[in-house]
Amino acid sequence: MITLNINGQAVQVEATDDTPLLWVLRGEVGLTGTKFGCGMALCGACTVHIDGQATRSCIMPISALAGKQITTIEGLQGPVADAVRAAWTEIDVVQCGYCQSGQLMSACALLQNNPQPNDADIDGAMSGNICRCGTYPRIRQAIHKAAEIKRG
Amino acid sequence: MKRRHFLLGGVGAIGALLVGWSALPPKQRLQATEPLENMPYRPALNGWVRIGSNNTVTITMAHVEMGQGTHTGLAMMLADELDADWAQVRLIQAPPGDKIYNNLSLLPDGLPFHPDDMGMLHRGANWMTTKASRLLPGLMLTGGSSSIKDQWQPLREAGASARLMLLAAAAKQWKVPVTECSTANSKVTHAASGRSASYGELAVSASKQALPKSVTLKTPDAFKLIGQPLKRIEAASKLNGTAQFGIDIRAPGMLYASVTMCPVLGGRFKSMDASKAQAMPGVKKVFTTEAAAGAPPAVVVIATQPWQALQALKAVQIEWDEGENANFSSAAFIDSLAQSLDQDDGYNYYEQGNVSQALSKATKRIKAEYRVPYLAHATMEPMNCTVRFKEGEAMVWAPTQIPGMVPRLVADVLGIDSDKVQLHITLLGGGFGRRLEPDFFVQAAQIAKEANGVPVQTFWTREQDMQHDKYRPACVARLEAGFDDKGQLSAWQARSAGQSVTHQIVERLFGSSGMGPDKTTAEGAYDTAYAFPSSRISHQIVPGPVPVGYWRSVGWSHQGFITESFMDEVAAELKQDPLALRLALLAEHPEHVELLKRLAELSGWGQPITPGADGVARARGVALVRSFGSIVGQVAEVSVAADKRIRVHKVTCVLNCGTAINPNLVRQQVESGIIFGLSAALYGEIKIEKGRVLQNNFYDYLPIRMNESPEIVVEIMPSQAPPEGMGEPGTPPIAPAVANAVFTLTGQRLRSLPLKLA
Repeated sequence: MITLNINGQAVQVEATDDTPLLWVLRGEVGLTGTKFGCGMALCGACTVHIDGQATRSCIMPISALAGKQITTIEGLQGPVADAVRAAWTEIDVVQCGYCQSGQLMSACALLQNNPQPNDADIDGAMSGNICRCGTYPRIRQAIHKAAEIKRG
Repeated sequence: MKRRHFLLGGVGAIGALLVGWSALPPKQRLQATEPLENMPYRPALNGWVRIGSNNTVTITMAHVEMGQGTHTGLAMMLADELDADWAQVRLIQAPPGDKIYNNLSLLPDGLPFHPDDMGMLHRGANWMTTKASRLLPGLMLTGGSSSIKDQWQPLREAGASARLMLLAAAAKQWKVPVTECSTANSKVTHAASGRSASYGELAVSASKQALPKSVTLKTPDAFKLIGQPLKRIEAASKLNGTAQFGIDIRAPGMLYASVTMCPVLGGRFKSMDASKAQAMPGVKKVFTTEAAAGAPPAVVVIATQPWQALQALKAVQIEWDEGENANFSSAAFIDSLAQSLDQDDGYNYYEQGNVSQALSKATKRIKAEYRVPYLAHATMEPMNCTVRFKEGEAMVWAPTQIPGMVPRLVADVLGIDSDKVQLHITLLGGGFGRRLEPDFFVQAAQIAKEANGVPVQTFWTREQDMQHDKYRPACVARLEAGFDDKGQLSAWQARSAGQSVTHQIVERLFGSSGMGPDKTTAEGAYDTAYAFPSSRISHQIVPGPVPVGYWRSVGWSHQGFITESFMDEVAAELKQDPLALRLALLAEHPEHVELLKRLAELSGWGQPITPGADGVARARGVALVRSFGSIVGQVAEVSVAADKRIRVHKVTCVLNCGTAINPNLVRQQVESGIIFGLSAALYGEIKIEKGRVLQNNFYDYLPIRMNESPEIVVEIMPSQAPPEGMGEPGTPPIAPAVANAVFTLTGQRLRSLPLKLA
């Protein structure tokens, strides 16, 4: 039995130590906003924040997470998250939406660390997140927009 | 031409059998056979719309949402005619059983006619196929970029009809002539007396009014919603984790099933040792399923948690009987396609003038062979489906493009009647044609049958999804152009060979192979608007063991590349500007001409390009493809780095899709189509060796990522024509536009995909 801190709440899980966080979130915990895409940290659909850092939950065993703050799309909040969601809405980013939880988590982590990212910063932070609908041009615009909204 | 007449004769015979249809009343798509259940607080005004006492307007969706934005567009069409308050619009998925929700556009679009041929045969066959689509069971399906055009008429009629009923209810209540009442923003108003009532207040009384005998639809100048860039209706749920895809279903007590399918095409299960797996934590059952509906035979582990199922499956020792394809190689098969073109042309889809004569008289001829590979769909949401089979009844939760086919196929597996199958359609995490296939939900039903009434979610890993797709068919094409003694283009001939998706999918859905020509093999080759002095376009269907499926833009995905690349080869031979050559060949098609001229202007065609910050030279390439009724022209700005990597910096796109219901979502779809097509153009290739698909995951089947994504500029030509398809037409022009730019830059003509410089 491991206790995880997920979205500010202590959650006891029965999964074995080697279970990747993704499957604990989606299975036992029932938080399905974090998506399964590849299982190899190649696509970013499973991105969550661990102590504020964008992390691929599909290869992160829960044994490494005791005492860490885990944030999923369901618990993503605060001024940066608000700005990102507002920008995503204004630019009409989403299509099928399956990858978007991961895109938002990566974008928020980027903006937390770098409030004024340039295009190269966006390439660096977002190229691990695949979108088969091809929302990339709008994600790029929306990140710039979110930075602008946040700046006020 | 004989075979074509045979086919059309068949269509005529079916028509004669079904002569009674012509007597069917015109409102047959308005009211369901079994009217929507009349909920007291949300009465139905017809088969498409309910109005709640709380003023909500609930619109029935006969099509599924997979990112293409169709739910928003469909709702806009009905809400506009209803004069509804957009903020009050809600959506509900149509039940798969009622034929008013059948897709009437898909089958006529599959007829092998040239789109500019509006002769009697074409119109007659169209009429009959549309009629047949109204009567056949199971045709509630979403594909072929057909949703908006399918629903353009019935949804607006349903909105207009409901509006008349609300008006009639108000006039009756106020005892005033209905002509003195007006509607706006979900309210009926009688200006003379200053009275008004909300749709919610009038709903019950309106639902008791007779269905209007006829309706007059708005003219475009009266549209309030159609043509507006409204926000996607389900967007917010996709930003906070609440959007529910198939894989997010969590039924009470649900178990998870992971599968390993036979890795060799057409192979069979031989034996397994599951003793170790059976002892692992959470494991409930290890068993096998038979091949069905395109799903290969599989070893299945059902467990309490998904990770437990995945881990236990790895511990099962499986031996497969590799069968007759154990030595199959896709490279060898593609070579055999080329050889088959030495023997036979196959079916002639289009012929004008005398090509043989023009070629024999030509003073100069150019020939080229093009090859394209198999491609996977690789939707972000891997295949999955949840089924509960309990006490003779089934509940299916499926992210599917073919809901109409689910009840019959699931019932067949479970040995029950199809009316014992209930279907809940979820959002789809990408479709691109992959979810037109029944394999994953049929397999999920096979698995649920073993679960003693407990719901089971069957989910594929990325590797299973990649290796058990139904691939875009590989194709080999040989083109030839002839030039007369004045140096003018006199002949265009295109012959190609490959597998038929339609033949295969008919077999997977109905159990016996399709036959006859398959228009989807040759679209993009035979149906262009170019006025060649003479032309002949044929395709030969070569059966093969690779499972092939409809892949975003289908035949156009590769024939568009081939036609538009060879067009530039002809331009080079003529020493003519490629865009100017197209303009000359399209002179009789004003919409194409206007669009191309605008594209030239917007893209800076013919203007020098300044190199980017990297200092590397850039060039432009153009391509134009009409598919699914929409015309799309693209100019790609491309550079080639010292390491020969092709980089696409900017794509300018101008399109004509008739009425753009929601220009914002049209733009999204074009951007999407371009990036989807660019992934295939630069990287996409599924290879098969020893009967096994070699690609596994996103490390060896590469999609475009953020750092490679071009800037995209989209412009929509104004039009008041009926709407045409938009989910797919953005895809075909990008590969040839890039290849044509690469030729300008390097002098190398790349005739196979993915594009790789020598």
